[in-house]
Amino acid sequence: MTTTLTRPVLPPALVEGLDDPESDGAVKTKELVIVAESGDLERTWATTILASTAAAGEMKVSIFFTFWGLFALVRPEVRVTGTNWMQKMLAVMNRPGIDHAKLSKLNFAGMGPWMMKKLAKQYGVAEPRELLEMSQALGVRLIPCQMSMDMMGITRDQLIDGVEEPVGAATALELMTGASATLFI
Amino acid sequence: MTVTTPVAKTVDARGLSCPLPIVKTALAIRELASGQLIEVLATDPGSTKDFTAWAKTTGNLLVESSVDGAVFRYVLIKK
Repeated sequence: MTTTLTRPVLPPALVEGLDDPESDGAVKTKELVIVAESGDLERTWATTILASTAAAGEMKVSIFFTFWGLFALVRPEVRVTGTNWMQKMLAVMNRPGIDHAKLSKLNFAGMGPWMMKKLAKQYGVAEPRELLEMSQALGVRLIPCQMSMDMMGITRDQLIDGVEEPVGAATALELMTGASATLFI
Repeated sequence: MTVTTPVAKTVDARGLSCPLPIVKTALAIRELASGQLIEVLATDPGSTKDFTAWAKTTGNLLVESSVDGAVFRYVLIKK
């Protein structure tokens, strides 16, 4: 197939900050850090849409998964996480895995998410799992929170492939202070 | 001047919603060499603005943005 280039569009000002007298003219890569705290379906959706789109726009993207957000990184085949009864109970009531995220409202014992995903399919919207996979393919860093892993009894081998070493709040804050945008979702 | 250049790759994003047309294009354009052309077909009405913005952000050159019925066509040159 061929295309006819009849109206070339001039490239945009490629070097950001050229107008800025303080700038040394170097192109600064924009960086996005998302703190994924919620495990709710709609929020997981927001996180994965923004992460994949930012990475597509060549931003450096890191997601720090903490608290309920961490459950999105658990492998789909893992049914119960945790070693003691309280941690196990937590996983039974809040099934791990990105495919099992619940809606924060109108969940109706899973009916809500089922309808939402049916609508998504109908309108060509990718599910959070697909968006997370595409994010990974585009180089998004997935960073689990060590404290949440310990408290919830989730182990490294229960997390999906490609997840980085767990870190603490200090590392997350260091990432956030260096980023051009930070979101707490 | 009219230049006729073959398209190296086509992304069929028809029927897909935001952000899939952009994300799939970003994944596909990585396989091209600088200067090669990528064609994107989409039906998402928001994609016209999205591709203009995305081209500006990434520095890939949007050389065609057209519509044929309900199908939008974008052609970009990899930077």
